[in-house]
Amino acid sequence: MSHNIYIYIFVMAGVTYLIRLLPLTFIRKEIKNTFIRSFLYYVPYVTLSVMTFPAILSATQNLWSALAGFAIAILVAWKGGSLIKVSAAACVAVFLVELIL
Amino acid sequence: MNHKTAFRQGMTDGIPIALGYMAVSFTFGIMAKNAGLTAFQAVLLSLTNLTSAGQFAGLGIITASASYIEMAFTQLIINLRYCLMSCALSQKLDQRTPFFHRFFIAYGNTDEIFGVCSCKEGKLHPFYSYGVIAVASPGWAFGTFLGVISGSILPGRVLSALGVALYGMFIAVIVPPSKSSRIIAGVVLVSMAASLIFTWLPLLNQISSGFRIILLTLLIAGGAAALFPVRTNDAQ
Repeated sequence: MSHNIYIYIFVMAGVTYLIRLLPLTFIRKEIKNTFIRSFLYYVPYVTLSVMTFPAILSATQNLWSALAGFAIAILVAWKGGSLIKVSAAACVAVFLVELIL
Repeated sequence: MNHKTAFRQGMTDGIPIALGYMAVSFTFGIMAKNAGLTAFQAVLLSLTNLTSAGQFAGLGIITASASYIEMAFTQLIINLRYCLMSCALSQKLDQRTPFFHRFFIAYGNTDEIFGVCSCKEGKLHPFYSYGVIAVASPGWAFGTFLGVISGSILPGRVLSALGVALYGMFIAVIVPPSKSSRIIAGVVLVSMAASLIFTWLPLLNQISSGFRIILLTLLIAGGAAALFPVRTNDAQ
């Protein structure tokens, strides 16, 4: 049996959207429980850290350029660089290292 | 902050996300073409889904001509982490923010957009979200389009460099709060170490990246909440 590509797309988009939407619509009030509040407060830091490392090490053509990008990003961020500055600096670092290597 | 300032700020922060998205969705476009999708279908898929792992997995299912139910389940499992992110985001919104905004913010709650929105100081202005989405989402769609129409517009070096754009953005989000709070710095380091272990250790590395994120978030954010509860005024 052949499937319709648009129905596939609709199913994918629908499921993904509902996962994102339901918690936002169900949790309308500010949560008072300190543990849950604290948990949700820490959530982004954990998810972003887990997604960044070690995945960044395999994001480029070789490990060295990735390490350079990683180090430069931390340095620029530490100095207070904006999102776009940090991101651009990491890209440039990767590009330059790959030109040399 | 008024709507315009918030929107413009969001657009600026959306630029690195859009660049990083293009690198990833470019590859997606190439694969979509190989799976037999037209440029229109691929761009429609990218615009309506706005997620990477889920879309790549979806292509596999389309190629295999598997059932719609299977498709729904795969998406549910791969994208379940967004549920946690939306829970966290629900607490970033001011209760006075009109309810309908949540329907639009939900659309753009990707890993990256969640990252910049949830780590912003204070409450989240919906127009900040819209600004980020307005730049990031076309970037995702445009990259897909480029990938479908030609696999060779972007040279490998440029793709490789853009490959770190999203990670650079994540680092820009997590480093400043780590500087001012030792607890957050600890949470970040423990998370990265745990993620490394889960990537390298046999058996643990069998866990998919989506579940790894969920599992580690429950464990580490839960542990941090138990050990270092945040006083009400700080948790914003």
